[in-house]
Amino acid sequence: MATSEVVQERIQISLAAGSLSEERIAYLERLVSQARSAAAVFTQFTQEDVDRIVKAMALAGLDQAQHLARLAVEETKLGVMEDKVIKNMVATEFVYNYIKDKRTVGVIREFPERNLVEVAEPIGVIFSITPITNPTSTVLFKCIMAIKTRNAVIFSPHPNAWRCCSEAVKIMYETALKHGAPEGVFACLESHTLLDNAYLMRHKDVGLIDATGGPGAVKAAYSSGKPALGVGPGNTPVYLEKTADVNTAVTDIILSKTFDNGTICASEQTAVIDDEIYDFVLKEFAELGAHICNEKETRLLARTVIDPETGFMQPMAVGQKAADIARLAGLSVKPGTKLLIAPIHGVGREHPLSVEKLFPVLAVYRAKSVDEALRVCVDVNHAGGLGHTAVIFSRDDEVIRRFGELMNAGRILVNSPGSVGAVGGVYNDLAPTFSFGCGTGGGNSTTDNVNIYHYLNIKRVARRTQAHMWFRVPNQIYFNLNAVENVRQFPSLSTIIITNPALEKFGHVDIVRRYIPEGTHVHVSVIPDAEPEIKVVMQGVEALNFYKADQIIALGGGSVIDASKIMKLKYESPDADLEELAAPFLDLRKRVVQYPTEKTNRARLIAISTTSGTGSEVTPFAVLTDKARGRKVTLADYSLTPDVAIVDPQFVMSMPKGLTADTGIDCLTHALEAAVSSYASAYTDCNAMQAIRMAFKYLPIAYENPRDEEARLMMHNAACIAAMAFANASVGVNHALAHAFGARFGVAHGRANALMLPHVIAYNASVPTKFLPSPYQKGYIAHKKYATIADLLGLGGHTIDEKVKNLVVATEQLLDQLAFPRSIAELGISKEEFERVMPELTKLAFDDPSWRSNPRMPLMSELAELFWKAYHGRGPAKVAGANEQRTSLQQSA
Amino acid sequence: MIAVWVKIDEGRVVQALQEAGEKLDNVEGEAALDFSSVRRIDPVALSALEVFVDIADDKGVKVLLRGVNVGVYKVLKLVKLASRFSFVS
Repeated sequence: MATSEVVQERIQISLAAGSLSEERIAYLERLVSQARSAAAVFTQFTQEDVDRIVKAMALAGLDQAQHLARLAVEETKLGVMEDKVIKNMVATEFVYNYIKDKRTVGVIREFPERNLVEVAEPIGVIFSITPITNPTSTVLFKCIMAIKTRNAVIFSPHPNAWRCCSEAVKIMYETALKHGAPEGVFACLESHTLLDNAYLMRHKDVGLIDATGGPGAVKAAYSSGKPALGVGPGNTPVYLEKTADVNTAVTDIILSKTFDNGTICASEQTAVIDDEIYDFVLKEFAELGAHICNEKETRLLARTVIDPETGFMQPMAVGQKAADIARLAGLSVKPGTKLLIAPIHGVGREHPLSVEKLFPVLAVYRAKSVDEALRVCVDVNHAGGLGHTAVIFSRDDEVIRRFGELMNAGRILVNSPGSVGAVGGVYNDLAPTFSFGCGTGGGNSTTDNVNIYHYLNIKRVARRTQAHMWFRVPNQIYFNLNAVENVRQFPSLSTIIITNPALEKFGHVDIVRRYIPEGTHVHVSVIPDAEPEIKVVMQGVEALNFYKADQIIALGGGSVIDASKIMKLKYESPDADLEELAAPFLDLRKRVVQYPTEKTNRARLIAISTTSGTGSEVTPFAVLTDKARGRKVTLADYSLTPDVAIVDPQFVMSMPKGLTADTGIDCLTHALEAAVSSYASAYTDCNAMQAIRMAFKYLPIAYENPRDEEARLMMHNAACIAAMAFANASVGVNHALAHAFGARFGVAHGRANALMLPHVIAYNASVPTKFLPSPYQKGYIAHKKYATIADLLGLGGHTIDEKVKNLVVATEQLLDQLAFPRSIAELGISKEEFERVMPELTKLAFDDPSWRSNPRMPLMSELAELFWKAYHGRGPAKVAGANEQRTSLQQSA
Repeated sequence: MIAVWVKIDEGRVVQALQEAGEKLDNVEGEAALDFSSVRRIDPVALSALEVFVDIADDKGVKVLLRGVNVGVYKVLKLVKLASRFSFVS
């Protein structure tokens, strides 16, 4: 390695001095130009065109396999001719078999379920460095891959393998041309120099460098600034675990280590053998033709084949026969000795034979335990073999699993030979290759067996997906007068009624009790009429545990029902961490935190609403007050949705006017926001639109005449219907503003909503400054939906703008009719104070998750602007004609 | 003004371009090459086209390619020749 790196440094220096002659540069430019033209022309070829050429090339390679193998051995003086024939055949036949049915032109793969299509784009010109150890097979392999992927290649073979490689390129090129490939598709550097490599590696028209060879070449490729496949050396450990089939293991290792005299870099370098089988394994090796070195022989061998200065193998030993190496080392071995086995006692510089040895010398290590064996394998892996290959022979799945986890190797081969196994397609289903990606451990960009897909730019055509949507509400919803009677159909041994003091006083609890089946133990838990605190919730959970409740009846407004939802959650899943469950999220279904599914208790939740606004009886939301930290925690998950909702107007007949107005506007805001939400669907639209119609018509009546049963019934149903819409489509920026403002100034939620509502409609109906990404909607349609609502309400208008304006006016008139304050200023909040808190308000509103489904993404400045509009309210002129329009509205609705 | 108009047949692109090149002497204005019958272009034709546009440039003649299919157009882009022509459908 050190030598190669020195050479690379020299190249850089020479380049800096402009060492290449003008003639040489012109020659290299010509090669690139021809390759570039060929690659460009190649883009016009079809799959059938390239498949025809590839088949012819594979046949030509097979035909010339012996010729090329002989040339390679003659020129390089490395390896075994017969094995090189096999390599050439694998590089053609096996590679062809692997790629023949694979698409590499146009659409190569389709994933209809993901709306994805992969399309191939050739790289163009590839500059390829090929090694001395597998010269012709690597060229054959790369030529076939290049044609299959419509690329042109300029080859730079190892200088000592130039003749055989250029012959291989010639055979491939002539065959390809004969079958229609473009001229110039392959070229082989003549009288190659390392300077040429450096020049081509940096050439602007070279798209990819594919460097198979020593670490110097690989490093130079990666240092060039070009995309590169650099595939370098290894140091393969092989672990013979005590359960291994020893005969198979020994045979495979000899086969692998002697194949082409060990020149494949994936071949085994150090065998780590369990103590229990060590002697038997060595005996088997000896019986099958290996020579087991003694201590002295091992020292002699190490001195001969390992460079004492660099610690790396001596080049003269690479690819030589075992007997020849033994002779060089002065060892006396039997004729026909296949492999030299050298026992070592550790890994590292003090144990020279523990490094990569591309010749038939195998180090062996006796391990006293599995842990020791694995540790030594890790040492070998880290001694120059990171990312390459590791081998294990074992029948113990657990040991195999541990080995796989510990080895940093692109190929971890089980019960098969390293060299032939790593090549792929013979002993396993790995892609046949002559380039082993070694991942980042080996300074490479891939751990794969390099194959056709590394010679392609794979483009992905991603069609817009139709996002899955949902509509989730309680399993059972009972509505209209006396719907509470349905409580009787739910059997229970122990029921807890959660309610507030006022409802208990009004006798509402007694009404409910009347319908609970006889024999049920009933306990009433009265909680304060305020947003639930953690303390209150936990007291409720204690009661549920004490009475072993199997049913919870939440009788009340949003606070009671929200508290009951959280009690149920904590009762069923005591380990649920409310803090964690309240973590922010963008998409309910992709949230980081998942609600518990394992339950230690189970209780049915029946929600009976006693206000006509929040709709909590059908929603998956619950708000909790954390007084200790002075904040609210919003929980959202469909598992919080009550099992049964009862919408019975008898419980709202006594609602005071103010509460009727506040909750009624909350209902209308839910419906209006759900209608224009980016999560809106046909399923939510029908609910939202109906709720809007009902609210516009019946809210003023319920407000003016609280005893009007029809109006009460309609508003109670409207609240539930609106909630079904926003439970699935969510709300919008109106709620974000109202939450922030209401929390900061202690203003009731409905009232806070009312202050924002007309301004938010106008804001959402205007062209957004920023669009909010949403896979659920196509295009910006909020203004059209408002216009549809205006049409539904019979508000008139010819254009969308007119209709939106009419909707704003109608909303303002409704608010007037309900005697809402029409500006924040009217609440007695000074301009100075409002200005002072504005940064905090906008921050709170922006942090609020409600706007995530708003049709336009609010900027902080826009939130502030909306707050100021609400502060000032509308101008006095805008109320003109309100009464007339109100009358017309009620008639049409 | 179009001074030279040549229809290019796929079977004889190189010869057609050579003939068109000869017509560029003493010409003013534009040379139009009709590629509508050329489905594919090969490296030799590509070289001939480059030679033709070199000659045209020397003589100050603009070269207009008509009916170039998108596959051939992409080839011209890849070899960075496209910018030397005007294209009409």
